[in-house]
Amino acid sequence: MESYSRRWFLGAGAGVVAAAGLTACGSGSGSGGSGGTVNAMTYGDDAVKVQEKAVTRFNASAAAKTAKGKVKLQKVPGADYPAKLRTAMGSPNAPDVFFNWGGGSIKAYKEADQLIDLTDTIQSDSVLKSGFLPSVLASGALENKMYGIPMRGMQPVLVFYNKTLFTEHKLQAPKTWDQLLDLNAKLKKAKITPFALGGADIWPELMWLEYLVDRIGGPQVFAKIKDGDTSAWGDPAVLKAAEAAKQLIDDGAFGKGFSSVAYTNGGAPALLAKGRAAMHLMGSWEYSTQLGKFPDFAKKDLGWFAFPSYDGGAGDIRNVVGNPTNYWSVNARVSNKDAAIAFLRDCASEAYTKDLIANGDVPTTTIAEKLLDASPNPEFAKFQYQMVQNAPAFTLSWDQAVDPNVSQPMLTEVNKLFVGKSSPSQFVSALKGLK
Amino acid sequence: MSSSVTTRTKGGPGRGVRAGRPSAVWALPAVLFFTIFAVAPMALAFYLSFTKWNGLGDPEPVGLANWQKLFDDPRLTQSLTVTVLLTVVSWAFQTVVSLLLGVWAAGRQRNRAFLSAVFFVPFLLSSTAISLLFYALLDPNFGIIHGDTLGTTSGAFLAIVFVGGWQFIPFHTLIYQGGARQIPEVLYQAAAMDGAGRYRQFFSITLPQLRNTATTSSVLMIVGSLTYFETVLILTQGGPGTDTAILPYLMYQAGFKNYDFGYASAVASFLVVAATALSLLLVRLSGFGNMRSTREGM
Repeated sequence: MESYSRRWFLGAGAGVVAAAGLTACGSGSGSGGSGGTVNAMTYGDDAVKVQEKAVTRFNASAAAKTAKGKVKLQKVPGADYPAKLRTAMGSPNAPDVFFNWGGGSIKAYKEADQLIDLTDTIQSDSVLKSGFLPSVLASGALENKMYGIPMRGMQPVLVFYNKTLFTEHKLQAPKTWDQLLDLNAKLKKAKITPFALGGADIWPELMWLEYLVDRIGGPQVFAKIKDGDTSAWGDPAVLKAAEAAKQLIDDGAFGKGFSSVAYTNGGAPALLAKGRAAMHLMGSWEYSTQLGKFPDFAKKDLGWFAFPSYDGGAGDIRNVVGNPTNYWSVNARVSNKDAAIAFLRDCASEAYTKDLIANGDVPTTTIAEKLLDASPNPEFAKFQYQMVQNAPAFTLSWDQAVDPNVSQPMLTEVNKLFVGKSSPSQFVSALKGLK
Repeated sequence: MSSSVTTRTKGGPGRGVRAGRPSAVWALPAVLFFTIFAVAPMALAFYLSFTKWNGLGDPEPVGLANWQKLFDDPRLTQSLTVTVLLTVVSWAFQTVVSLLLGVWAAGRQRNRAFLSAVFFVPFLLSSTAISLLFYALLDPNFGIIHGDTLGTTSGAFLAIVFVGGWQFIPFHTLIYQGGARQIPEVLYQAAAMDGAGRYRQFFSITLPQLRNTATTSSVLMIVGSLTYFETVLILTQGGPGTDTAILPYLMYQAGFKNYDFGYASAVASFLVVAATALSLLLVRLSGFGNMRSTREGM
């Protein structure tokens, strides 16, 4: 037995040494000034091939040699990316550069002094400064300081519609809320659900309120809420928006069982493609979803228009709601800042822009406009690009913009409103109580 | 300990038959495993429940603030009610079906053996896969049920009970099948001679004989129901509103959606205490601890 235990202790000892070694490596990456690998953590969905190409391109470039560092890409698939990022950022093996949604998604990191303020870097670098659409670059800011470089396509929310249904019933894309209500009445008479809605996922319901609040009260209503003023939920525009949504629900604009319909498993997109619903308020990714599931429909029958204006409302019809794009942010403990910044500059390049376009994305770079003809669907790409380019305001999706502490309870309240568990006024008072 | 040492050095490993009572060292791997993966995280969660921590930097001690918040939280009462209701209804549903299926499957007929194997399949699938499957089946337009199942409180609740049952009934059927096969044939033969019919045999022999089996199965079911999670996460996200937000889901939401790990740990600790108390109570009430044989006097 003695010999066994000795071996056992040796083994255990080796384990401890190995663990200590790992920790040392982990904390070692925090210090040091010149040279070193940059670890980049990104969301590992289909679009990640654009980042993969960028890494290959950068590692072979002269810029990588000058900065004495290469980039290593870590792809994290699955819907729980934010939780995984949070765990990584709390550990000694935090990434140097990481994918995020701007706004509320990086607020906690900023407060923990884990982000590099990129304002001066961007201002002093013409490639970065004039490389991106200003409204998009601004959305990566917190309290007027820049923390993100745009690295993916834009994702505005817009209304998609079934062209065949519109032609059959001689319908026109509505420009105002009254026209929309009128349209709903005609569709219901024809026994067609006006709007597909994936209520089981809850966030598609939120999109309605995001646009209604913007159109009724203007973008400043939510801007105040985003900055932490919970009393701004009491703005009359929020109540009015909730009432407008409630009216749609009660009128059957979303059909009867919308709370059991999901976007994520294809239920809501199928309603639109199969002509059982005429319209669908959704992010621009709806196009690629339809292209994947119903390619014929996506190519021939899928139309789109901007969310209508609200009669007497303060919001401009050109205002956009959605996700401006995704961003790279830099960890304050980055080992090789020069290499990290050099890598981020590639996001403004023509090569990067072209890769995004080939992937079906609409890049937020300024040079993108003239390259959009190469898009799989130039018409849709240009519509989105101009929509965002001309937007006086681009409101970040509420669930991404607010603090994560508030985001989930907010979604629960939205869900309660949509399933009829709370009235518009109860909805407003519940939101005012969120902290 | 010394006896095992001598056996080991003399006979070498593999001569376990002569080893006699195993020394405490034998338990070491399991104890270590349990300490590292169960006791240590539990202790850590308990410690975190007295702190404020968002996953970044160091946890700040806040005393009893999280516990105060937990007991003031209106969601706790709702959550507890739903959790208890879910546990009771799931138990009733699963027990009745598993008992009947298990007794039926205990028969030695060949078609029963085949069908039992088929019935067992759902248990082999992951709960996540099962939940995604039912998520699609519950779509009112393209699924099998044409109603707003997940949009109503009772619909969402029953969907969770059903999906949970669909997955775990096969396992409990297996337990009851084993239990039913242990019942001595002579009992039935004697009853038949006395003129007892099938139903009388079932209620007077099978059921009483399965008492210990039922206790085992029930404890597993009840403790299992307390930790239901994936089904709720995927099917309802605690909705409509917060109507199906059971305790484990509340904990997940606090931790991995709101990044309030202090509060999430308080919920987790509460759950550990509640589940432990409940299973101890069950064991006490059912007399599982002294385990009298159902075959006394035979």
